[in-house]
Amino acid sequence: MTHDPSTFHKYTVVAWLEDKPGVLSRVLSLFRRRNFNIESLAVGHSERPGVSRLTFTVLGDDRMVEQAIKQLDKLVNVLRVEDITHKPAVRREMALIRVKVNAQTRPEVMQLVDIYRAHIIDVSMDSLVVQAVGNEERLNSLIDLLSNFPITEMVRTGPVAMTRGAAGKNGNGKHARRMAL
Amino acid sequence: MKRTGAQIVWEVLTREGVDTVFGHPGGAILPVYDAMPAYPVRHILARHEQAAGHMADGYARVSGRVGVVTVTSGPAATNLVTALATAMMDSIPILAITGQVPTTLLGNDAFQETDVTGVTQAVTKHNYLVTDIRDLARVLREALYIAQSGRPGPVLVDICKDVLNDETDYEFPEKLDLPGYRPFAGVDMQAIEAAAELINQAQRPVIIAGHGVQMAHAENELRQLAEKAHIPVAMTLLGLGDIPETHPLSLGMCGMHGEARANKAIQASDVLIGIGMRFDDRVTGDLDAFAPHAKVIHIELDPAEINKNVPADVGILADAREALQALLPKVQPAEHREWMAQIEEWNRESQERDILNAEVDELIPPMIMRELWHVTQGDVIMVTDVGQHQMWEAQYFLHERPRQLLTSGGLGTMGYALPAAIGAHFAAPDETVWAVVGDGGFQMTIQELGTVMQEKVPVKIAIINNGFLGMVRQWQELFYEKNYAGTPILSPDYVKLAEAYGIPARLVTSQEDVSAVLKEAHEHPGPFLIEFQVKEEVNVYPMVEPGEAIDNLIRRRIVQGPSGLQPAW
Ligand SMILES: Cc1ncc(C[n+]2csc(CCOP(=O)(O)OP(=O)(O)O)c2C)c(N)n1
Ligand SMILES: [Mg+2]
Repeated sequence: MTHDPSTFHKYTVVAWLEDKPGVLSRVLSLFRRRNFNIESLAVGHSERPGVSRLTFTVLGDDRMVEQAIKQLDKLVNVLRVEDITHKPAVRREMALIRVKVNAQTRPEVMQLVDIYRAHIIDVSMDSLVVQAVGNEERLNSLIDLLSNFPITEMVRTGPVAMTRGAAGKNGNGKHARRMAL
Repeated sequence: MKRTGAQIVWEVLTREGVDTVFGHPGGAILPVYDAMPAYPVRHILARHEQAAGHMADGYARVSGRVGVVTVTSGPAATNLVTALATAMMDSIPILAITGQVPTTLLGNDAFQETDVTGVTQAVTKHNYLVTDIRDLARVLREALYIAQSGRPGPVLVDICKDVLNDETDYEFPEKLDLPGYRPFAGVDMQAIEAAAELINQAQRPVIIAGHGVQMAHAENELRQLAEKAHIPVAMTLLGLGDIPETHPLSLGMCGMHGEARANKAIQASDVLIGIGMRFDDRVTGDLDAFAPHAKVIHIELDPAEINKNVPADVGILADAREALQALLPKVQPAEHREWMAQIEEWNRESQERDILNAEVDELIPPMIMRELWHVTQGDVIMVTDVGQHQMWEAQYFLHERPRQLLTSGGLGTMGYALPAAIGAHFAAPDETVWAVVGDGGFQMTIQELGTVMQEKVPVKIAIINNGFLGMVRQWQELFYEKNYAGTPILSPDYVKLAEAYGIPARLVTSQEDVSAVLKEAHEHPGPFLIEFQVKEEVNVYPMVEPGEAIDNLIRRRIVQGPSGLQPAW
């Protein structure tokens, strides 16, 4: 069975990893080797010491993503993998955006920042650094507007995500293996 | 108990039942060798680390236990890569222990330093770099466990030299703590019910049995299922022997060079049961045209293989034996007469094209393979290299039992056969081991004749010398207008070469001598080498062109022979 790129869409997957040397390199090397189309990737500590949490978005179809998840889950240092694409979840990403400004454009930029509930975290004579947090679409639309001023430097963290509701699982679930079958 | 790191290596290995290791020493691994004589292990010195790896592979395939290989850092570890990749593709449990430069020099481009865990990441099931002696025992135990559990595979442990020399209080780590490693799945009874329902309604069922059947020791259950529900069994290259090829329900090998009846049956099937196999492209050909009418049941231990290439209507994530044991009582006895008659009809057509039915004076490799089967009464371990001879062996030697054929299926590694045969001998010293090799592949690991000599390994070597890298030549003939660029290959005088190693040898150039020389070799108590100078441009048929549907077969032509129509070669 072959894959049709016109049917691809974006999936959000969360993985819990043992925080050991070389683990992230294994994950990345697997993505490259298996030709998975990773759009973004964010990793940091989880609530459990020794366990880091990775959120990534991948472009593909259901079967490709099922493969990505299963292959990831096979890595010895990967504790659990969960596809949260179709689950109620909060997704947030942070961006730092340096915008070139002058006396006239500065108020305009500040107004936009206000509307988007972003913050200005550094100011100089000819530029502002905007810190924005939101879901991807929201950031995209802010960036789109700011690019008119223009943007001289930018960094985005890539989205992190968490399912809604109280029943968080803490990364040692033994049932994840069956999820995609 | 105070132990050095090197002693800990042997403490853990011997405690876990390891008594044979294959390897080649050097500076960074020297402490391990220094500690070795005090422990009950036998070390087989290979002439090249790739070969040491294949020896461990052959040992593992025959014994079902982890094959262990010890080599030094840098070039030795990189030499091992091909053997690891071979084992990875065929799910063979290997523990590779490599010496590494001292922790103080790590990352410094020190003499003979290579980032071995980095280099081998893609060709191992898991790997470790040990920089602290307190981790060593646990890591070795985990490595052995990971190598042989679930879907087996090679695991590498790279140990810094200072760790090997350090001393610590040693205690065998009783507990394993691998929270991210869950190799076992229980059988899902709902899936079993669904599978049984499909099988019970099937009119044209086919089983494709793979390597997983052998690894799970599920051959009896497979046979029971086939007989009870009257289902013909096609086998993958690594699955040959899952059911005896002399069994009436055996379709033989399927895939690129599979039997026509096997490929046609798969394509016409209404229920296809893949057991312990992974629908590799050499098995399926064009995926979009593969088994178009079939509901697919896939029994497989590796979750990532289910739905990877062929979507499963029923996926059963389980060990083949456990799954079949659960399935058997739910399956109703059946008889599929029409279906079997159709298969028999396909088979009759094939017989007419069988090269064994040609009148030919020259020496033809398929004939040697069939004769080898007769002479040995099929009761040997066969180890094949890669190329045409490998396919002829698969087609014309009738494999009777699991773990009887060792071959590099997934990676197709030339040079595999001789070292793997040596390893096989150490796993089953009472069995006769035959290595069937091409003139090309043999010259890739020919140096292991030295190991045969030194260790007095009674392996029988049959070289099929066709003067070509034959399988590549066949592709050139079929797809590149016979542009034989880079494929003619000269050989040394193998008989003289063998004699130089003290190995008795014979040259065979005609049909009449085949049987007698094979018999002589088979009955000879020690190693024996035979060079068969065979007809050069013979092709392996049937053949499915890569990317084609598997019933779109290139067949052997029928031509005018001395006394009527006969198959061409
Ligand atoms: C290490 C390696 N290099 C190259 C190949 C590609 N290859 C596949 S079959 C083959 C020819 C093998 O020739 P020979 O050993 O003489 O066997 P024959 O096909 O003639 O029986 C080659 C070069 C391979 N499989 N492995
Ligand atoms: Mg050849």
